Amino acid sequence: MRLNCPCCGPRGIEEFTYRGDATVHRPGMDAPAHAWVDYVYLRDNPDGWHRELWYHGAGCHAWLVVTRNMRTHEIADVVRAVDVARQARENAGS
Amino acid sequence: MKLPWKKDACSHRLSGQAGRRIPANGIDPDTIIRFTFDGISYDAHPGDTLASALLANGQHLAGRSFKYHRPRGILTAGPEEPNALLELRTGAWREPNSRATVTEVFDGLDACSQNRWPSLRMDALGVNGLFSPLFTAGFYYKTFMWPAAFWEKVYEPLIRRAAGLGRAADEADPDLYEKTTTFCDVLVVGSGPAGLAAALVAGRSGARVILCEQDSVTGGRLRAERTDIDGVPGWQWADRTVAALRQMPEVRIMTRTCVFGTYDGGTYGALERVADHVSCPASDQPRQRLWRIVARRCIVAGGGIERPLVFPNNDRPGIMLAGAVRTYINRFGVVAGQRAIVFTNNDDGLRTAVDLKHAGAAVTAIVDTRTQASDMAQQVAHDTGARLFTGGAISNTYGRLGVHTAAIRDRSGRVRHVACDLIAMSGGWNPELSLTTHLGAKPVYDPELCAFTAGSFPPGMLAAGVANGTFMTADCLHEGAARGQEAAAACGFDTELPPLPAAPRESYGIQAIQPVLQDQAGRDSKAFIDFQNDVTAKDVRLAAMEGFRCVEHVKRYTTLGMATDQGKTSNINGLAALAQQTGQDIARTGTTMFRPPVQPVAIGALAGAHRGRYFKPDRLTPTHEWARQQGAVFTANGIWHRAQWFPQDGETHWRDTVNREVRTVRTAVGFCDVTTLGKIDIQGPDAATFLDRLYINGWQKLPVGRVRYGLMLREDGFAFDDGTTARLGEQHYVMTTTTAHAGAVMQHMELCHQWLWPELDVHFISVTDEWAQMAIAGPRSRDVLRHVVDPDTDLSNDAFGYMHAAEITICGGQAARLFRLSFSGELAYELAVPARYGDALARLLMKVGAPYGIAPYGTEALGVMRIEKGHPAGPELNGQTTAHDLNMGRMLSTRKDFIGRAMAARPALTDPVRPTLVGLRPVHAHDELVAGSHLLPHGAEATGAHDQGWISSAAWSPTLDGWIALGFLSGGPARHGEMVMVHNPLADSQVAAVVCPPTFFDPAGDRLHA
Repeated sequence: MRLNCPCCGPRGIEEFTYRGDATVHRPGMDAPAHAWVDYVYLRDNPDGWHRELWYHGAGCHAWLVVTRNMRTHEIADVVRAVDVARQARENAGS
Repeated sequence: MKLPWKKDACSHRLSGQAGRRIPANGIDPDTIIRFTFDGISYDAHPGDTLASALLANGQHLAGRSFKYHRPRGILTAGPEEPNALLELRTGAWREPNSRATVTEVFDGLDACSQNRWPSLRMDALGVNGLFSPLFTAGFYYKTFMWPAAFWEKVYEPLIRRAAGLGRAADEADPDLYEKTTTFCDVLVVGSGPAGLAAALVAGRSGARVILCEQDSVTGGRLRAERTDIDGVPGWQWADRTVAALRQMPEVRIMTRTCVFGTYDGGTYGALERVADHVSCPASDQPRQRLWRIVARRCIVAGGGIERPLVFPNNDRPGIMLAGAVRTYINRFGVVAGQRAIVFTNNDDGLRTAVDLKHAGAAVTAIVDTRTQASDMAQQVAHDTGARLFTGGAISNTYGRLGVHTAAIRDRSGRVRHVACDLIAMSGGWNPELSLTTHLGAKPVYDPELCAFTAGSFPPGMLAAGVANGTFMTADCLHEGAARGQEAAAACGFDTELPPLPAAPRESYGIQAIQPVLQDQAGRDSKAFIDFQNDVTAKDVRLAAMEGFRCVEHVKRYTTLGMATDQGKTSNINGLAALAQQTGQDIARTGTTMFRPPVQPVAIGALAGAHRGRYFKPDRLTPTHEWARQQGAVFTANGIWHRAQWFPQDGETHWRDTVNREVRTVRTAVGFCDVTTLGKIDIQGPDAATFLDRLYINGWQKLPVGRVRYGLMLREDGFAFDDGTTARLGEQHYVMTTTTAHAGAVMQHMELCHQWLWPELDVHFISVTDEWAQMAIAGPRSRDVLRHVVDPDTDLSNDAFGYMHAAEITICGGQAARLFRLSFSGELAYELAVPARYGDALARLLMKVGAPYGIAPYGTEALGVMRIEKGHPAGPELNGQTTAHDLNMGRMLSTRKDFIGRAMAARPALTDPVRPTLVGLRPVHAHDELVAGSHLLPHGAEATGAHDQGWISSAAWSPTLDGWIALGFLSGGPARHGEMVMVHNPLADSQVAAVVCPPTFFDPAGDRLHA
């Protein structure tokens, strides 16, 4: 498998570390316990497209949001996690 | 039954050098090389495979079958060979299950048959055939079921001796292997007409092309057939084309290279047999090289594999695939028999009769299962003088070590016995689809071709030629060229299709996958489908009757399609037999999944150079060489090598050394390289806020020039890592992590910063390798340091107290960092200098410290002293303990958010009955405490129900003259003074111990504040 790192270009999978679901969001300070349980433990396993966090540890050290098809391993999109996170902040703020 | 032409199986053994040869395109007849098979010396020519050389010497018999020990010969001329598996070489170089059909002969090659005793011709276990009812489908699951105790002692050893393949070498592999990666625009797999045409067009476009051919020579079937292209023999056209390709700078041709797997993202695995064809690799030359090829487009042009026909006793030596018979004639000049029968269900098989006749052999009969004689059949029968049995079948064969008679049943049902020493059989061809299916695509059945073809392709993959279900040579050339053009264009290289050379359009005329043929009595118990696993038509029938109707289940139940050949010659016949039984058509029966590797790959090749001491890199501290000169004993700490202790003359046991090192620190001064601790430089206006989020405790109020201990949790509330962080400037911090978690903490911080809190204005970088850091500990440490640091740094306790930090200069202006930290509990410092000065600093400390009795200490003494002080380390931060468990619950801030805050507050994680950190001292000070022991109430029986905790770290304390330990005990802090039992089930020992606070030495901390 190869990932097209937005900073480094296409690189072999051995340069990256998989973390997991990029669709869960860290609850706020006052969130109830069940929200934290969901965030820490509960994961969907969708048949098809999924967004995941990968880490380019042997490259630029960027965390990446990878859109991957869980059935075919097709990679549709690789973007920097920091850009996704900043965009989410802007959307939440506006 | 009286058989009229009974003869010795090897009657056609020919005399003369390297056997009798006719002119051929693939060998050098003027050079003789010698090899041995089962101790007998034979001649061969350069270009020969073991199979061709054995056949040339009249040796059909090559091995004994897996279960029944039936004599087996050479079936194929390629990597799909199920029968002729041999052991090559001897001693540490011995390699079992090597296919004779792809093993190139070199001078001095030593080969042995396998799975036979005492000899190949006289195998005692051939009687297994008499017990064949025991070995039918699912025999593993049935015959040896009861009694259960018999499995290990009786059945398994019996089966292992009786049924098997070759013997692995019992020494370490002495050869070298390499792994490498390369990139190209177009990868072409296979160098037959389609592959060459594809490579030529893609190469001319300017694209970077890699052409992989698993064989030692290019040309594919063009070397095996008498096909003319552009008016010259096909193999000459192939050679010319390859010569043209070699002139192209962007084209790379790799022979002896099998592309064995398709992986995601246009990645392909290939194995190059660099030195398998020579007696010994050259110095430093790898035996094999594992390639990872990243290709934007891949053209699969690997040809096809011929199907055997399934008829009673179809496995005797001398019964071969028709295409293989032609390969041996045309490429190797070997005529596999002098009196041949051609048995086919298609026109392609008929070409064998023509080639045999042309090579001087007699073709006595052509048995064609088709009920209508094709034009070609009539023509070939006429030209070869063979008797044509249209609508006929071979219903049985005879000959113990090699076929000498075939029973031919004509369309009217009449049986004739015909003498023969060779049966060339063809059940049609299967496109070689493996590479197209590795990512999960399912093949589809093409009723016209009577074969499965690729239903869909992985992204970036195309196929051409026989591999794509295109069988005629002219069409292969055209399709290859078109795919080459298409692939190059997809990579941005446009080119025109060149004029194509003239080539034949051969007839094929297959009508169906041939159903199982039975003998006159209707039996098919010796009609083999899978030669390698001894699976017969009867086994498949039985499996179907027992309810195994899914092809994947039948595979597992009968073992059809398993082992080294992965059913390359048997899968399709097997599912055709299953379809015949279940009444389903073949298309609906489907095929089993192909998985990588297409051909066996040695584990050595997958490991490459990463074995032994090169399995992982060595990470050395800046003082490593100095420590080695001191005679240090080293220990592995992750990939770091750290000095464990520094033995001195007269010390006979490592504990003597460690005790002395501890006493030196406690009474004078010692130093220890602590460079391996992770160091992360953190800067920015939001650095303190960032630290707040990472650690459970607060950082806003830490003054510049001070250090603070911090504990990090994971988001699930369990402890993750600990360490100290110093504030060097208003917006500048330097964090230390544990050695083990340095990388993980860095990764965690990057996730926190990039994903959770991108708004924080903070930057950080690992500086672990930039700074050499030395702990200098003991009552005389300040005295020693005064000789190192420049005079403007005031080291007095008032000016530079406990937990102070400063950027200073040493040795007359050299920048350094000084921290007053103590892991040992003594007055102590950590001095950091640029890594390149680490060695010099160690030597300087030894020199200036000598008057104060300085000595280096290693990780073992470090560990003893931290246990004496009750500092948690790896065994305490084991991923299962919380801040409360570590007696750090009070550090958990309630005024800020931090990683793990919410989950750490779960009631179960704060329950006081949780095992909590305590100290333990044995009632008798010299009773040894062992880490991993269980803690039980005193007097309780040693059962799981009474388990109340465990010992995490234990040490002999020279300071306290007794054993001490840290452990986790249920409700621990409330039980100080209580006697518990320390149970070590491994040694079955019980030691009484008293629970105490975890700080054994100087609990008030007077010494470190001195």
